[in-house]
Order: sequence, then structure tokens, then C-alpha cells
Amino acid sequence: MAEALKDRSMVLQKEMIANHFERLAQAPETGEKVVYTFVPGNLTELIRSFGALPVLPEINALQSGMRKLSGEYIAEAERAGHSEDVCTYVKCDIGMMRAGNIGPGGTKLPKPDLLLLSYTGCYTFMKWFELLREEYDCPTVMFHVPYQGDGKLEPEHREYMLRQLREQVIPALEKVTGRKYDEEKLRHHLQLSAMAEDDLVAVLQAGKTVPSPIDGYFGTVYYVGPIFSAFRGTQEGVDYYRALREEVEERSALGLGPITPEGPLEGEKYRLVVEGPPNWTHFRDFWKMFADEKAVVVASTYTKVGGTYDFGFRHDPNDPLGTMADYCSGCYTNLNLPARIDMIVRYIEEYKADGFLINSVKSCNSFSAGQLMILREVEKRTGIPGAFIESDLVDPRYFSAANIKNRLESYFQMIDARRAGRTA
Amino acid sequence: MSCVVGIDLGSTTTKAVILDGNGDVLGRGITNSRSNYDLAAAVAKTEAFINARFGLIEQRVEATETAEAVAILRRAFVMEQLLHQLRRLEVLLLEEVDKSAPPQLARPFREAIEEICRRITAEEEARFRQPALLRSDFFRDAVGSAFMRIAEQIGDPTGVSFDRLIGVYDKCIIRVENEPMDLDFRDHIGDALARVSNPRLADAVEYAVAYDLTPAATVGTGYGRARLPFPKEQIRSEILCHGLGAHAMFPGTRTVLDIGGQDTKAIQVDGAGIVTGFQMNDRCAAGCGRYLGYIADEMSLGLHELGPLAELSKRSVKINSTCTVFAGAELRERLSLGEKREDILAGLHRAIVIRAMSLLARSGGVDDEFTFTGGVAKNPAAVRAIRELIQENYGERTLNISPESIYTGALGAALFANRMVA
Amino acid sequence: MTRAELVEWARDIYDDLDFTVVRQWLAEHPTRKAAGYLPVYAPRELLHATGFLPVGVHGGGDRLEIIRGDAFYQSYICHLPRSVIELAQSGRLDMLSAVLFPSTCDVIRNLSGMWKLLYPDVYVRYIDVPQVPDPGAAAEFWAGELNHLLDDLAGVSGHRPTDDELRHSIAVYNETREMIRTLYALRRERPWDVPTEELYLLLRAGESIPPETFLARARQYLAAVEADPKRPRDNSRVVIVGAFCEQPPLGLIKSIERAGCYIVDDDFLLGNRFLTHDVPADANPVRALADAFIRNDMASSVLYEIDPMGKRNLMKNRVAAASADGIIFATPSFCDPALLDQPMLRAGAETAGIPCIAFKYAENTGQFQQFREQAGTFADSIKLWGAA
Repeated sequence: MAEALKDRSMVLQKEMIANHFERLAQAPETGEKVVYTFVPGNLTELIRSFGALPVLPEINALQSGMRKLSGEYIAEAERAGHSEDVCTYVKCDIGMMRAGNIGPGGTKLPKPDLLLLSYTGCYTFMKWFELLREEYDCPTVMFHVPYQGDGKLEPEHREYMLRQLREQVIPALEKVTGRKYDEEKLRHHLQLSAMAEDDLVAVLQAGKTVPSPIDGYFGTVYYVGPIFSAFRGTQEGVDYYRALREEVEERSALGLGPITPEGPLEGEKYRLVVEGPPNWTHFRDFWKMFADEKAVVVASTYTKVGGTYDFGFRHDPNDPLGTMADYCSGCYTNLNLPARIDMIVRYIEEYKADGFLINSVKSCNSFSAGQLMILREVEKRTGIPGAFIESDLVDPRYFSAANIKNRLESYFQMIDARRAGRTA
Repeated sequence: MSCVVGIDLGSTTTKAVILDGNGDVLGRGITNSRSNYDLAAAVAKTEAFINARFGLIEQRVEATETAEAVAILRRAFVMEQLLHQLRRLEVLLLEEVDKSAPPQLARPFREAIEEICRRITAEEEARFRQPALLRSDFFRDAVGSAFMRIAEQIGDPTGVSFDRLIGVYDKCIIRVENEPMDLDFRDHIGDALARVSNPRLADAVEYAVAYDLTPAATVGTGYGRARLPFPKEQIRSEILCHGLGAHAMFPGTRTVLDIGGQDTKAIQVDGAGIVTGFQMNDRCAAGCGRYLGYIADEMSLGLHELGPLAELSKRSVKINSTCTVFAGAELRERLSLGEKREDILAGLHRAIVIRAMSLLARSGGVDDEFTFTGGVAKNPAAVRAIRELIQENYGERTLNISPESIYTGALGAALFANRMVA
Repeated sequence: MTRAELVEWARDIYDDLDFTVVRQWLAEHPTRKAAGYLPVYAPRELLHATGFLPVGVHGGGDRLEIIRGDAFYQSYICHLPRSVIELAQSGRLDMLSAVLFPSTCDVIRNLSGMWKLLYPDVYVRYIDVPQVPDPGAAAEFWAGELNHLLDDLAGVSGHRPTDDELRHSIAVYNETREMIRTLYALRRERPWDVPTEELYLLLRAGESIPPETFLARARQYLAAVEADPKRPRDNSRVVIVGAFCEQPPLGLIKSIERAGCYIVDDDFLLGNRFLTHDVPADANPVRALADAFIRNDMASSVLYEIDPMGKRNLMKNRVAAASADGIIFATPSFCDPALLDQPMLRAGAETAGIPCIAFKYAENTGQFQQFREQAGTFADSIKLWGAA
């Protein structure tokens, strides 16, 4: 029963993604407009309300990583003069573009009609679209989401975002699509978003159950895929999250562990919280290192980069622009370091974790700069030692399996030793 | 007697420690790690058992014989082992010559090989009678240098040249190292006893030979531990073993720093030797023993010469780049600017220790007592730098360095093995 | 003072990692406080008006051994923040009552959060500058940020400036900017008379002293230059691009000059020149500062470029404005803004036929041989190429 249901959400996801890329491939013929934008602070409902299709370059890059294409794409960009030191998502995207812009669906991605630069939590986004703009002759609109430097959304910042939406973003979309802003339509999409978000939160919070029926990092990366990319505010999104929630609740009721690539994980031994994005080039190997040790990630911060819903935020159709501003401001990478630490500590406590791990990726300074401070503070506040490993997003040169495995093994054995010491 | 074994398969050396039921050390063994990890582990273990049995001999004859007599027996044993390997090497060399030498050279080539082996044997026997300076007991090191020296003397540039001799040697030494050989106590103690012709030892030897030392448990650790032919339960991480090993050597230990060839580890342990936190160096090799290796190569010095030379410095040069890739360039530039070698070296030692300091800080700082292990702990300049930096940043701390520090990981592994039987 | 004396005075301040001049100033002004700011742009007028001594925090360069700082940063993050942390953790920044962290990149942004945790008694603010020159929403946002900052700073210093005091501070910094423009223009015209090493030291000293003192010294320097003219050499004229945040070691600047290059424009201490025009000193002061930033036409890697042709044209324009022969991209390792921009800037330069070379440095780089060689070869090749 559970297996059949599991298949259902996976089948749904596969279908919706395939359809989306098919529609994108057809866009030059059908005339559907295409808006490139980023995962954190994506304004999918707004884009959809104009009948346009979103393309998320980070998703394309991570897919290239998982399909083992990123190494060649990055090499291509570096040959063209891009530095070895900078973000590999950017280089992977540029390399992919130069290699013919064949997307994850195996079809050619359409050129953007608009670059919607949602500057949310990541400085590199600005450079990324400056670079893309050099290649595409299309308008770019900047949407500046102020960083929560003081740990909260300031009313003036919210006002600034509203003005930008009204004065810059909406007019740009109107111009590109030839349609008028339709607030009712936007409300409809936001309504659908909120429904899917409710179900997503139920799935995420299933990680609090012992044993956890989900993996809150490796598995959840798949779960957040639709809502982080093109499907927030769509009926497909609602259907997917309803199906997923039913499956997870069923697993939870049966006391089952999460599904891993090696099959269901039973006998959960370690419960971890993870900070930082995963490595995509060796995603399965990386996951297996945890699964082999019966380590389950019960919660993670990376799965909040496209929106933080588990502390109560939902898209609110009654305040369409305001709710989008609130959403953008709350994306994980837009939170300051103390807020990130609070979140991790809260996860460790609420999800009954016995360890936490930081995967520090070379590419992403937004995540990585300060992670050693996070490590220190979380250790201090929880009394639980953390593990620290290094890799990269999509640069296969920066994944040393032996090194990482060594550290993970040492870490798990340390947890064992501490447990034995406590009970002795 | 029930005993347990711990094996630490490191990147450069493999160590074994045998403990009795009380957790006391019965024997230690070390060998160079090689492409065949199983064999390296087996050799280290055999060495440890040999040492354990010699320990039994010592106990047995304590009342009647001097320690000197046992030491002579021991030297004889080591020589027998070596000659045994040399004979095997000779067989392989001759086979190789038959297979690959040009026909016109076959005879002189064989004769040259036989001559070299004969001379090495004679040298070893002389050495046994008149012990010279300490040297590496690893077969490759002991025989290699002699082979090279004699080949240089008898090599004929127009015929069986030095290069030819070294060529076959290089091929065969790897085979000798990587095939299992009978090097155990029982295999050679008889010949050794005959050679020393000391009948007062016979009873003790018989006692040691017959003594039952069957390991009740074995635990492996180290860089190459995943390649040990052990079930998973018998493998422990280096971090855990280093922590427990350091605790066993110095029970007051709270912080352990291990600087090895491949990595650097900063470990915090509690009063029972259980690891409470650790950090390892990041992807960058700066701050590892390997960095010093590059420097030694760059300066054409032996690794062991670096520390003592740096100790001569009166005014250390500040080195900014601990990047292994740039180390050579910075070194050459400093030398070209007229800086003294010892001053540069003192700066380099400080630079790598500073890297270790940041790992210590990441792992939670330096608590009293502080135990320093790993190959770099033998380097006086590194020890001096670490002492200074800890004093500057953490205040007064007891600094422990054991002469047996290289066995820390293996000792920890053996202690874990002990827990498995207990 | 002679040129040499002035340079030595500046060098002493530059070399002094204990910020003795700042501590002396505080001792002489016991009711006043000092505030630090990181690169690139911080509204120093507000610090000045609220009674703070503004202090540029640029790390310890090659003069500081990093012992504690590396415990906070992975090896793939630039050198600046670990050096700043080292200064702070060793107590060398304990005289700063406030520190501002501009939105130069995510590393400096996140450092603001670390500061909050490490030094809870220090006022910390992330300065999120507007990225587009929009006189509506962006100007209003920025004016709001400045007002917020002004309120906070007044709370910390205990001095709430009047509009006139704010206008006075604006005027002082207008004068400072004018002075720096003069110095840069003079170097552009007679680079042999204003070696970049000297200019740089003077500006670095200016980061630790009151602007009024800086102005007095800079005037003395201008006079000393006129009194001590040097002979022109047959050097190539280069623009140094990319060194706007983490500063190059002085040895790098010297190496480039000694290799036969006149530096006729650069990005060093760019915050000084971020506003290209005077801020009106007779208007609503905060609004005037905000508008000046929005109307500003300084193009750099630091801010988002709204003009699709902007990146392509920037190098051509700068080279033309400085009558330069070529560009040296001297970029700190792992510097996101500079390194992500470089392919665009370089493509623009090459399309315009401008010779370029590129290398990376860290503020504590200890060897310059390779830079000397590259810069020397570059200078020679420009001459050969120009003569052909």
C-alpha cells in the first residue's frame, strides 16, 4: 500500500516536471513567455498570473550536477575566463548555455523574455544575471529584497519591496507578456500556494516523529522540488503535496522509516540536523554514507532556501503583494547569522536530534561564510558536538568521498561513544 | 594468555599494539604501509607478536640473565629475518635476470647479483658482531641502501651497469614487500638462538615459543582502515582511537593534536578518553606533515633534518603562505633575498603550527592537559612553536609527548578491542 | 613637512595594527567614540556628524599573523574577514563602539552577524545599499536606511546632530572627495610626481584619522610634491582593476610600479570615491546624501549594473579617462564581486583592443616575483605594441 502511494507522488512529480520542460521547449512556437528567476525569493505566483513560465537556473545547474554533466560545463566556463574561485552554479549554467542550453528534460531551453533578478539572500545572483544579460538580448528587472540584518523584516523594507513590485516588477511583466496585472488571478495562485504549503509543512514536520518517516535533507530535496521551482501556486503542486502528505502520514502511522535509494531505511540509529546545501555531483553516494550508518536527517536548513514555512508563514491571498514580500524576506539565506543559529538550535530540540552536521560548500559564500561560527554557537547552546565537512554544489573536483566518509564515520562513532559513556 | 590487538593502518606506516587482559602493552610493531594493505597489517601484527614474545623471554630470564643477552638474541633474530628476506630477494632477482637480461649479459649479471647479495650478507653478519648506529629496520631501507652502494662499486658502465642493477632491484623489492613471508617468531628464533650460542636462553625461548598468545579480538583503525579485512564492528575511526590512546598514555589528557602525513586532527576528550568533539583539516594540505615533506624536498634535506636546523634560528622569518603549492616559490624568493635557511625554516614550522592552532580553536580550544601526537610531534621546532603558541593563546598548559606517540592510534584500537572482550 | 616626512608619517599609521592614532584621538576626546566600517561604501558623514571618529577596517595585510581568524573561515573564503577577525579577537579593535558592514558581498554581510554574536556590546549594522539608480523607491529606501542608521548612531554616541551639523559633515566630506579627486587627477597627469605607493599610504592614513586632519596633510603633500618634482620615465600607463575590497599588500603596488608601470587609475579604497559629485550641503541633509548615492555615476563591480552595455563599456571608458595603455586585473583570491565581473570587463576591454593581464593576490601575499615579472613583461609589451 505504502509502496504504491510512494510511487504516486514520484510519478506525479516526474510527470509535472516533464510537462513543464516540454512546455518550455514548445514556448518559441506557442508564444508562451519565459521568465528566468532564482529559487530564493521567486515570484512564481506573479509570473504565473501573467501566464508566463518560470525557469530556475539553479535547478538546471543542480540537475546538470546530478546527471554528471556539470564538470564539463564548468570546464567550458573556466576556459572562457571564469575564475576557479567562484560559484559553480553560475559556471555550470554558462557552460550549459554555451553547450546548446539543453535543459534537464533533454530538450532545449527557451531564451528568456525577461530576467527577473530577485536579489534575495545571495549577492552572486546579481552577477549571474549580469552575465546572462550579456548573452541574451532581453530586459532585466531587479527586485531588491533587503537582508534581515537585524533579524527581522523591517516595515520600511516591506514597503520598499511593495513599491518595487508595483513600480518595477509588475510593469516589466506587463510589458513582456502584453497582459495587464490581474490581482484576482494572483490571489487564485496564492490560494493554491497556501494549500500546498500546508501539506508541505505536514511532511516536513513528520521528521519530529521517532523514527522519522522522512529524510529531512536528501529525501526532502525531492519533496521541495516542485514548490521551490515552477509549481508553487499551481493545481499540480496542490495535488502533488496532497499525495505526498498522505504517503508520509501513512508511513508515520506504520512506524516506517524513510525511503532511500537503497530501499526503505529501518532501524533509525542517528537523528541529525543538517545545515548547508548538498553536493549534487555525488548526491547518491553522499546519501548512502548516511543511510549505511542508519543516520536519518530529521530537519535541514537547505530545504528552506526557497521559503520558510514551518514557523507559520503561508502565502496570503488577501494581501497579494505584501505576502510575496514577506515570503521573499523569510527565505533562509536572507536571514542573518543569529537567526540561522536559532533555527538550527530549534530544529535540534524540536526534532529530537542527537547530532548536527554542516556541509560547507565552496561555491556559496552566502551559506558558508560564518558556518564555523554557527558550528561553535550551536555546540555551545545545545552541548552537542557538530560535524563539519566540505564539498561543493556541482564541481565534481570538490567531492572527496574518502575524506567525507572518514569524517562521517568518526562522527557517528563519537555519538556512539558518547551514548555508551552516558549510560555507563 | 588472552590478548587483544589494535592495528593502525596509516598512510606512511602501519602500527600494531598487543595488550594483555589488564590493558598493559605486551608488544608493538611497525612497518611501512605499502600497496598491499592486508600485508602491511599482517607484518605489523607479526612484529608486535615477536616483540611480545621477546618480552616474555625477558621476564623469564630476568633472574638469571642480563638484558644485554636478550638484546643480542633479538639482534640475531632481526638479522635472521633480514637474511631470510634477502635470500628470497636474490631468488627473485636471478629469475628476473634470466627473464629480461640480454643473453650476452646473463652470466655477468647473475654473478653481479650473487656478489651483491653475498656482500650484503657479510655486512649484516659483521654488523651483528659489531653493532653500528641505529638504522631503519624496514627491509626496504636496510637492504636498499646497501644494494645501491655495492651496485655503484661493482656496476660496469659498459656491461652490467648500475642502472641495470637498480632496475631489477626496483622491480623485485616491491614483490618481496608484497608477498607473504615466514617472518614469525617461530620461524627464526631457532636460528637466532643457534647463532648466539647461549644455552642459558634456551629454556626461556622454549617458554616463549610455547606460550599461547591467541588474540581474543582485533580492532583496526587509521587512514586505510576501510581496506582492512575486518567486519565493520571491528573498525574504529582514527579520531576515537587517537583520543582513547592519548588518554591511556596520559590520563589527564583533554585535548589531543595529531599532525600526520596526510591530515591533522584536533580532538577533545573527556575524563574517560571519550571524544567529545573533533576537527580535521579541510581540503587544503597546508598544516600537514606533507607540507614539511615538500619543504624538505625543495631544500634537498631529509625530513628529520628540518626541525633541528630550524632550531638554530635566532630570528624567525614570517611566512605568509602555508599553501603547499606556493611554499616552494616563497621559499626560493626568501632564499634569493638572502634570508638564512634556518630562519625560513623556523618561520615555516610556525606557519604550519598556526594552521593546527586554528583547527584546535575550531574543535573547542586547548584544555589542560594537551597531548601532541603524530610524526610531526617528533620535530623539535614544531614542538617549540606549538608550546609558544599555546602559551600565548591559552596560557599555561601541560604538554605531553610520548616517545611511543606513533602508536597512539593502534593503542586506542587495542583498548577498544579490549572492551569487546570485557 | 617634506614629501619623505609625510610619507613616513602615513606609513607609520598604515603599519600600526594597534591603531594608536585612533586610541590617541579617543584619549584626547574622552566623551567621543570611534566607529569602524568595512569596505566598500559607508556613509561616513553620519558617523562624523554623530561625533564618531570613522575608522576604515581593512584587515592587517601582510603585517598580521593569522592565529585565531582561520578558526572562523574555510580555506576557500577570501583573506580579509579572517584578518579582520584576527584584529578583533586580539583586542586591536576594542576601541570601536560601532561597526558598519556594507553590502559589498555575502562574506562581509555574514560577518555582520558574526560580530553581533562575538561582540554583543558593539553596535553593528549591515548597510544594505540600493542597487538600482531609481530616484523613487530606491532613494526613499536609502533615505530610510540612512535615517535609521542616524538614529541608532546618535543613540550610541549620545549626540543627535542638528541639520546644520549634518550639512557641515557633508561639506567636510565633499572637501575630502574633492581633495582625493585632485590627487588622482595629479597622478593621472604626472604619475612620476605622485607615486601610487605614496598616494595609497596617504589615503590609508586617512582611514584612521579625522577627515579634517587628512585634508591638512593632503594639502601639505600637494605642496611637497610641487616642491619636489621628479623626472618622468618611459613607463606604461595602467589601470588597476578589482582591488576595491581586500586591499593589496603594499609590496604588490610597489612591484607593479617598479616593473615599469605608472598606475594612473585604480580601485584602491574605492569607498573614498564612491560618490563622484558633491552632495548638496544646503538641502535636507539625509535626503541629499540618499539622492547623491542614487544619482551617482560611479560604475564598479560593487553595485548592480543597470545598463546592459555598462560592463562592456566600463573598461574602455576608464582607460580613456585615464589615458591609459592597458589594464591589470589585480583581484583578491575568492573575491566574488571582482572575479564574477572580470570576464565581462575583460571581454569589453579586449573588444576595445585594450591590452590586459590578470592575477590574483591576497592581502598577505608574501612573494611578488611573479607579479613583478608579469607586470614588467606587460609594460614592455605595451611599449613594443605601441611603437609598432
